[in-house]
Amino acid sequence: MSFDAAYQDQKLKSVGTRPLRPDGVDKVTGRARYGADFNMPGQLVARILRSPHAHARIKSIDTNRAEAVKGVKAIITAADLPDLTNGDAGTYAILDNCMAREKAMYDGHAVAAVAAIDEHAARKALKFIEVEYEVLPHVTDVDAAMEDDAPLVKDDVFTTGVEPAPTKPSNIANRAEFGHGDVEKGFGAADVIVERSYKTEQTHQGYIEPHACVANCNSDGSAELWVCTQGHFVYRQNCADLLGLEVSKLRVTSSEIGGGFGGKTHVWAEPVALALSRKAGRPVKLVMSREEVFRASGPTSATSIDVRIGATKDGKITAAEATLRYASGPYADMWAELGAMTSFACYDLENVKTVGLEILVNRPKTTAYRAPSAPMAAFAVESAIDELAHKIDMDAVDFRIKNAASEGTKSSYGPVYGPIGIGPTLRAAKEHPHMSAPLGKNQGRGMACGFWFNFGGQTCTDLNVNADGTVTLAVGTVDVGGSRASLSLIAAEELGIEYQDIKAVIADTATLGYNDMTDGSRGTFSTSMATISAARNAITVMRERAALTWDIPVEDVYWEDGHAHAAGAKHDNRAPLSVKELAAEAGNTGGPIAGHSELVADGAGVSFATHICDIEVDPETGSSRVVRYTVIQDAGKAVHPSYVEGQYQGGAAQGIGWALNEEYIYGEDGRLQNPGFLDYRIPVCSDLPMIDTQILEIPNPNHPYGVRGVGETSIVPPLAAIANAVSNAVGVRMAHIPISPPRILAALTDAADG
Amino acid sequence: MVDVTLWAGLRPFADNQEVVRVDARTIREMLRKLEERYPGLHEPFRGQVAVAVNGVIYRNDWSQELPEGAEVMLMRRLAGG
Repeated sequence: MSFDAAYQDQKLKSVGTRPLRPDGVDKVTGRARYGADFNMPGQLVARILRSPHAHARIKSIDTNRAEAVKGVKAIITAADLPDLTNGDAGTYAILDNCMAREKAMYDGHAVAAVAAIDEHAARKALKFIEVEYEVLPHVTDVDAAMEDDAPLVKDDVFTTGVEPAPTKPSNIANRAEFGHGDVEKGFGAADVIVERSYKTEQTHQGYIEPHACVANCNSDGSAELWVCTQGHFVYRQNCADLLGLEVSKLRVTSSEIGGGFGGKTHVWAEPVALALSRKAGRPVKLVMSREEVFRASGPTSATSIDVRIGATKDGKITAAEATLRYASGPYADMWAELGAMTSFACYDLENVKTVGLEILVNRPKTTAYRAPSAPMAAFAVESAIDELAHKIDMDAVDFRIKNAASEGTKSSYGPVYGPIGIGPTLRAAKEHPHMSAPLGKNQGRGMACGFWFNFGGQTCTDLNVNADGTVTLAVGTVDVGGSRASLSLIAAEELGIEYQDIKAVIADTATLGYNDMTDGSRGTFSTSMATISAARNAITVMRERAALTWDIPVEDVYWEDGHAHAAGAKHDNRAPLSVKELAAEAGNTGGPIAGHSELVADGAGVSFATHICDIEVDPETGSSRVVRYTVIQDAGKAVHPSYVEGQYQGGAAQGIGWALNEEYIYGEDGRLQNPGFLDYRIPVCSDLPMIDTQILEIPNPNHPYGVRGVGETSIVPPLAAIANAVSNAVGVRMAHIPISPPRILAALTDAADG
Repeated sequence: MVDVTLWAGLRPFADNQEVVRVDARTIREMLRKLEERYPGLHEPFRGQVAVAVNGVIYRNDWSQELPEGAEVMLMRRLAGG
């Protein structure tokens, strides 16, 4: 990468201001086009038949009667999605999840799909598809799946990461261990040890917009896909791999996105829609219902975590260890490993050990959910930290400050930290008025810290100066949280022009080079770097054009405040040329003016946050209400502070729902009991107080403006902050998320019964 | 010359070593030399590896230079939301 990404301390004019977002009016007036808002002439409607069993062998599928239903144009099963994965296990897992092959692995697993002229015909046809199942024993609970006699989700999975390699299959797909020092020696030096087991239930990202797409396969092998996604370039690659399409012939356009939070980083229905279109020879629209989203997209893991932490009476942690079991659904990934890596990342520990165990269960494929795996690990560890602080009679913030990681600390997952923000967020929390505000009756206060890695990735951007001097910025990272506004500010800053003169758009896959998806808090971090690079390239062009106009050497032209200036005494009398003036003459100075950039944005820098929560609990009903909530997080540099605050608030809101209410509930039959927002309750505005935020700006040394990703870390501390607040309010340690009214009442009853 | 720490899942492919010394100036050269020495690492390295150099995690920038004596750790490529 030739671009110099090193941080430069500079005075900024546009970056750090709060203009209105360019997509705001469209969104509040209903003009914005989401996944389901695209239509094509002759378009068919698709519906998917899903397994009613948690685990079943598919003996046969008969589609004859369904094909005879009037209006049906195509029906597909796994046979229409042949295995083209060439032994790639990861791609095969995606294929199998999109359409069950030999076995249905969970309640809701797709087994067939219909495209018909309307919804009525499609639904009718689903009823005539005859699937013969051999129902198999199932397991949906993470701990039950580890029992010796548990039904095997897959009989060809042998635990990796253990020596010697096991000879018997198991639901434990992988074991990953991290740490350093000697934990037993450390526990021997402890005055007090806290040891406790914790559970968290499975939750969904709860994005308001369901998965939706329109697919159109043409007879010449070309295809188009309009889709709601966090990464249309990744979807293009996945769909091309699964359907045997040429990447260049599949054009994917991303719609506006009504939330993703990690759940729209994987393909689910899109390959099915493409396969239906290919078979029917017509465009196909596929929109998942909310029930389908719950049953058959990718929620996060349910977990079971054991934590043990020892400390001296004066507040020094001597040893810490955790065993973290994460349910993966039927396809192993690295969720437990991420939990094991992040669990103690906030602390400077001499002796630490974490073990992550990846557990297969008959539930939907687990996927990323905003700082994936970190919130559950933080819940367990930060709860134990809080309990330990109480036991040694030390203030919970002081205890954390005393043990916080800092520059030079060897992290619990291995590397040594550079400059990091955990200490500053803790000190800000200690000084925040929230920490000293009085509490009312039945109220408790909790706080917690959180960590997330953040990352960058492959990024490509085009910046075009239009004939009137306005600028179009074409980026390939989907705007999930206001990045078009942030990137416009960045371009305005570099070019020295007004924010209003820049229009940022999300380009489709045919018009821009490859971009990784918007995940890992990388959207603004990565694309701002590419935008800076593209803008500087455009400035180079404009300096050349000014030099031509003035007939002077380009070395004598410098760029300042949106104008080309002639440098030196010999050019003193020349009036600077603005972007508009240069653009107007572009046709006669060499043609269109543009700046392009393709780069790898690495060095994102890790991220930390500290949250404070006050909660009020009704001891008679167990209901609880968050009465005050504060988020303190390092942003490196807040490009558009309002949207940074929005990310902080959004993460906290999702975390509050996760902590207090949200929960996948499975019956004995292995079927999901609450696949809808009436029974799976996410917080709404009236449930939440104003979430206060404090942005810290500790520059990232690996970004020209010091930017860090901010999208994910804010969901890491809330589970623990709320658990600590409730525990402090009711005097009983709450160790099972969600801390719903029945669980609070049960804990109070148990405590009263002694 | 740098000492490269392997994650546990890689060690069986590298004679069960936790740390391997490699003479390399960039991440690319380090990964190539590791693969040459331990061919079993070829598969895990394909799109699944990240490299922490003095605490900064690199997922793509294999041109990153490795300072003499740098702390270098191989990690699985992270997922994000």
